[in-house]
Order: sequence, then C-alpha cells, then structure tokens
Amino acid sequence: MESSEIDAIIGKYEGREPAILAILQDIQTKEKYLPKDVLEQVSQKMHIPLTNIFRIATFYNALSIKPRGRHKVDVCLGTACHVRGGNRIMDKLERDLGISVGETTKDKQFTLESVRCVGCCSLGPVVVVDGNVFGRLTQDKVPGLLKEFKK
Amino acid sequence: MEIQTKADLEKMGEKGLKSLFPGTTKISVGMATCGLSTGAGKVYEALQKEIEKGKLPIRLNQTGCIGFCQREPVVDILEPGKPRVFYQGVPPERSVELVHQWLENKIVEDLLLCKMENEEWIVEGTVKDYPIRRIPSGLDGTPHYHQVPFYSKQLKIALRNCGFINPDRIEEYVARGGYFSLYKSLFEMKPEEIIEEVKRSGLRGRGGAGFPTGDKWASCRKAKGDRKFILCNADEGDPGAYMDRSILEGDPHSVIEGMIIGAYAIGAHEGFIYVRDEYPLAIQKLRMALREAEAVGLLGDHILGSGFSLKINLFRGGGAFVCGESTALMASIEGKVGEPRAKHIHTTESGVWDSPSNLNNVETWNNIPIILSRGADWYSRIGTDRSKGTKVFSVVGKVNNTGLVEVPMGITLREIVYDIGGGIPDGKKFKAVQTGGPSGGCIPESLIDLSVDYDRLTEAGSMMGSGGMIVMDESTCMVDVAKYFMSFLKDESCGKCTSCREGTKRMHEILIEISEGRGKPEHLDLLEELGWVTAEASLCQLGGTAPNPVLSTLQYFREEYQEHIIHKRCPAKVCRALLQYRILSEVCTMCGRCAKVCPAEAITGKQKTKKGKGKPFKIDTKKCIQCGMCFETCKFEAVEVQ
Repeated sequence: MESSEIDAIIGKYEGREPAILAILQDIQTKEKYLPKDVLEQVSQKMHIPLTNIFRIATFYNALSIKPRGRHKVDVCLGTACHVRGGNRIMDKLERDLGISVGETTKDKQFTLESVRCVGCCSLGPVVVVDGNVFGRLTQDKVPGLLKEFKK
Repeated sequence: MEIQTKADLEKMGEKGLKSLFPGTTKISVGMATCGLSTGAGKVYEALQKEIEKGKLPIRLNQTGCIGFCQREPVVDILEPGKPRVFYQGVPPERSVELVHQWLENKIVEDLLLCKMENEEWIVEGTVKDYPIRRIPSGLDGTPHYHQVPFYSKQLKIALRNCGFINPDRIEEYVARGGYFSLYKSLFEMKPEEIIEEVKRSGLRGRGGAGFPTGDKWASCRKAKGDRKFILCNADEGDPGAYMDRSILEGDPHSVIEGMIIGAYAIGAHEGFIYVRDEYPLAIQKLRMALREAEAVGLLGDHILGSGFSLKINLFRGGGAFVCGESTALMASIEGKVGEPRAKHIHTTESGVWDSPSNLNNVETWNNIPIILSRGADWYSRIGTDRSKGTKVFSVVGKVNNTGLVEVPMGITLREIVYDIGGGIPDGKKFKAVQTGGPSGGCIPESLIDLSVDYDRLTEAGSMMGSGGMIVMDESTCMVDVAKYFMSFLKDESCGKCTSCREGTKRMHEILIEISEGRGKPEHLDLLEELGWVTAEASLCQLGGTAPNPVLSTLQYFREEYQEHIIHKRCPAKVCRALLQYRILSEVCTMCGRCAKVCPAEAITGKQKTKKGKGKPFKIDTKKCIQCGMCFETCKFEAVEVQ
C-alpha cells in the first residue's frame, strides 16, 4: 500500500485517534489483512505507539495480521448453525481444502475462518464466501460451493 | 425537501403513500440478509429483466424481511382492487411465472404463503382495508395472513414496518406514522414528560438485562455534564439472535427516531450507533437512512425547525462479543481496546469520554416512537405485570417454522415452540429451549408451560437476553451444547479478569474430557465450583453469567453428563469420539455410495452391478473418523450410529 493511500484513509477520518479501528478496517478492505509495514506507517503518521495498534489489531476478530487468500470462507458457528451441524461443514471444508481453520491454502485461493453468527439462523448451517451468504448447507454441497469460486 | 412544520411532514407522508400504493401492480421482494442468502437477489434480477423486456406496467420494489425467514425468498404482489398475495420459497427461475399468471388474474398455487385484505398501521392504531373488487382465481382457499399458524399469535410492534416498507425510502416510513412521535416530542412535550411516559409504559431494556428504560433516561438527564451522549447498541453478539439485524435492515428509521426522541429527553446532542461488523447490509441501510434523515432536516441542526440539534455517527464494531457490554462498547468508541471496566459510577453519569451516556439496544429504541404515539396506557396493557409490551424472538434450531416471532410478553414457551414454531421436525422429541445466548441457559421440557418474561426466565436459571430461542430435540447433546458455549466464551473473554479468562478455559477443557470419554465423576462438582468462582470474581456480565450454560444443563440434564462419564455413551449421538458407525449388511443394497464419499477410505465392499454380484459394505472402525458422510449419504438407512 502506497504511503499516499494510507494518508487518504487517515484523512477520511481527519486523523482522529478514536477512529483507529475504522482506519484499520479500511486498510484491511483494500489489503485483505493488515501488513506490518502499513501498521508501522500508520503508527508514525498518527503518533500512536505501534504496540497500541498491534493490541487493537489482535484484539478484534474482524482484523487479521496474517495474509489472507483470494477468497475468504467464513463458516458460521453460531448456536443455531452448531445444533444443525455447522461443525461438520467446517470439518468437510478443512478436509477438502486441506487446511485448518485460520489457515490459507498453498495456492492462496482460500482462507478458512469461523464466524460466530451472521444472523441467518433460520437457514443454518450457513457459510459466507466473500460476503455472499449460503444457507441450508450439507456436507455434500461443499465441493460445488468451492468450485463456484475456484475459477 | 426540508421539513420544518407538521404540514411538511404530512406532505412527505402523502408522497410515501403514493410510493406504498403506487396505483399500479407492485411486486416486492424481501431482500434482507436472510432473503439474499436464499437467492432473493436473483429473483429480483429475473423480475426486473422480465418487466423491462415486456414493458410491463409493474413497479418492482425491495423490502425487508416479514419474519418467516425459513420460507425466503418471499415475494408479495399488491394491485389495487385485489387482495395482497404473498408467495414463499420462490425459486429465481419461477419468479417470472408469478408475473405472467398474475397478469391473467391467476395465481401460482404451490408457492402461495397467504393473502392479505388489510394491513394494520399500529403507530396510528388504524387498519387500512384494501379496496377489493376482483379476486384472482384459485385464491379462495388461501389462508389470510392472520390465519397462518406462524403469524396468528404474533403482535407486531417492533417489526411493524419490516417487510412492508422500502427501508431506503424515508417517505414510506413517514406515511406509516413515522417521525410524528418526534414532532409530538419536540413541540408538544417537555423532556420530563417524555421520560415520565416511557417510565409509565413499563418498557425494559431489550438487550438482555431488562433495566427499566425510563429510569435509565431519568438518571442520565439528571447527571451533570455539558456534553452528553446517546448510544445505540447494535452489536447483536448473541449467536442465534438476529432481530436487531432485521430491524436495521428493514426499518432503520424507527431506531433513528427513537434515538432522537431519547436525545431530546436526556439533553444529548451527539450520538453513536455501534453496529456489528458481521452485518454489512445493516450498516449500508443505516448509513443511507442517516443520510436521508439529515437531508430532510429530521436529523442534524435545528431538527424540524426546533432549537434542538443532534448528530448521530455510525460506528462499525470489530467483531468482539465483549463489546456488547456497555463499558466495553464505550471504550471501543473511544478508540481503545474493547475491555469492560468496573461500574462503580454508572455510565449514565460517566460513560463515553467520561460524559453522561445513555445506551439502549436497537429494539428498545425502536419501541419508543410507538409508546409516544399510542401512549403509555395502551403500551402497558400488553404483556405481564412486570414485563410490558412485546418481545421479538428468533425461533431457530430444531423446529419446523423458523424465523422472527414477535409476541406479547407472558406467552408460554409451548405456544412459541408448538403453535407458532409448528413443533419439532421429523417426529423427533422436544428436549430443551436455549434462551439468552451464551449468558443464558437451557430450559427443559418439564418447564415448557413457563410464561416467557424477564423474571420467569431468570427464575428458571436462564434469562431473556436479546431474544434468541434455540430449540433442541433429542438429537442435541447437552454436554456438547455446554461445550459449545464454553468454547465461545473462552474465545470471547477479553482476558482482563483471571477468573473469566482461566475459568472459561478450564471449564471448556473439562467438557472436552467428558465429551471424548475421559470424564471422571468428580468433574461435575469441579464444574460447579469453577462456575461459581467465574461468576463471582469477574468484573462484567460476560464472566458473571459465563457458567450459566454449564450450570443450567447440569441442573436439568445431569444424567446425560453421567451417561457420558460412566457409560462413555452419548445418548444424542453427537459427541464424535463416543460414536461408532456400522453398516447393516441385511439392509445394504451394495450401491457403494458410502464408500465413494468416505474421506478416510474406511469402507470396503463390492458394488452390485448388472453383471456381477456385490458384497455388502463394511466400515473399518479403526480407520473411521466419524465424519458422518456415509450416514448422510445412505438413502436406505443402512448406516447405523451407536
């Protein structure tokens, strides 16, 4: 990320310190994660100690300091999805992608993460791929779902 | 258009009326997150294409969710002179069929949900009849909206507009009585009178704890400080509860209007709505609604030409459950890590940036305009002695009809699960209802006639929480449920208090031991002791209520724990380490499907073909990883779990 791009994002919030979470979210929207060098620049530009920024970046589940793949697969593990077998969908995805939750495939195509409820409890188990919600999943629907995004 | 007078507001209402009832056929597609996840977007596109192609005299419209999420995508057709018709489960490829049949005065019977001949405008307290002159053929036997079991016992106050207005059109909200309560508050009432009215209504916080809203407002008004904040908690973190999402996506102005009234009553000029990061559509709808309200002078400087000004900011959360706790939420708004602090001084006196701050939940704010328009007397007649009004519940899990259900307080659990929810699917046996999210507990079958209100739920060892109601049947394992919640709480504990950070972790470890067959009899006492310490020694209510899922399941389902510990058996057949899959050779048709899907290559046998005789399939238990694929795949019920 260019220094000028970081300036633009900070400028959008008038450089206010309380907006740090929003600034990090905007950076993540562009980069898919929070690269270390970008955080260092944010720290210098906003005069916030780097430790504080890292504390925020690692506290909130929405932020990631680990690089992510092209597609983000979030398996909902809310209560309603859990009782309807959400963890089995997670197991199937782990097996099919060959990674554990929190990891990215070698070809950098998929990052597998879990989310605690997306509010589609009626349609559980639910998986969210790149922001698109897929409901009423079963293990055998998983390969088709991945294929749709593999192109 | 700048709204300065009541006449301006009425004029906007008239504009909204034309948009609600455009005089031509109007087709609305429910496009909240639940609708979109079942293909409502594709339904909308298909309809749009067809209407443009045929230059049809039809207006296509987007709306929120009418609550029956399970039956999404829901499409409704409204034409002057005909009953309104609701379709359910509309596949994109059949949406065009609805239009063509409609144009020939016919309906598509197999997709029908219900018909409607009038709609209730509860803010005004009126019923609007549709002028009916012609009834499409085949519609006679269709149930009315209020005859559908899912809706018959519901009373929609909080969800009054969801599914009926286009959330992006402020004028439609105004047409159904929106912002008139704000007008009344600013010009006809003193702040103290508003607070008194809210107190008399008996409204209690809908976010969980059930604190009387009027009392909270009064103490914030009284608090000293030049700068005060009005806050909306839209960080709906309880997994299994999603009424706030639905309100924000389907009727965002109801929350904004409530907040402006609250701000005026308290004397606040700045506000924040703290929304969950996991709700992108709600964020988008709110952003749009705030912009529109500002553009017409209902928000910002000199609201409605009065001397009162208010600025509301949208704050996107970071996906931390603990930020639903008031002090953690406020720390997060200040740009800090969302950790709770001790509440020796109430946040109504010292909250955001040490200023008096009044925080209420989405559903609480949404109730305010209607309390002011219909009056506290009307509102307090609904519900029970100490729990007034209605509550929205998300009835989900192992139940036939799932969705958002708004009922008067005091209704029984049985009515919700059986009358509205339609009972348990596949003829299975009801086991428990989990309420209150991770802070709540499981209510067993013996208490199914419990009246649903704040106090009764607490007495039963659970709590109202934000309204999640997860129905569980005999195939839900209570040890697994307790383990699930503990895993959630262990992850979401912010770590500030040792008792919560370590307590949840240790309880989770013990529950893993039990669910994997390594449990010991003394574990149960240890769980109770750990639970007690965690609750007593933690600062905020995350830790304070963390043991509830364990303690309530231990209270009501102790034998199930013992079955895991002593006999190493999971009666509900959920705990994987205790399961054994077996193929019944006498039932096996030798189709070989199970062997194909088995990821562990644990199934062997020989497929039967036209040419050769097969050999029944068998599972090698040493190789089996208990994934359940064979069980799910077998169409002949030849796979058995023990």
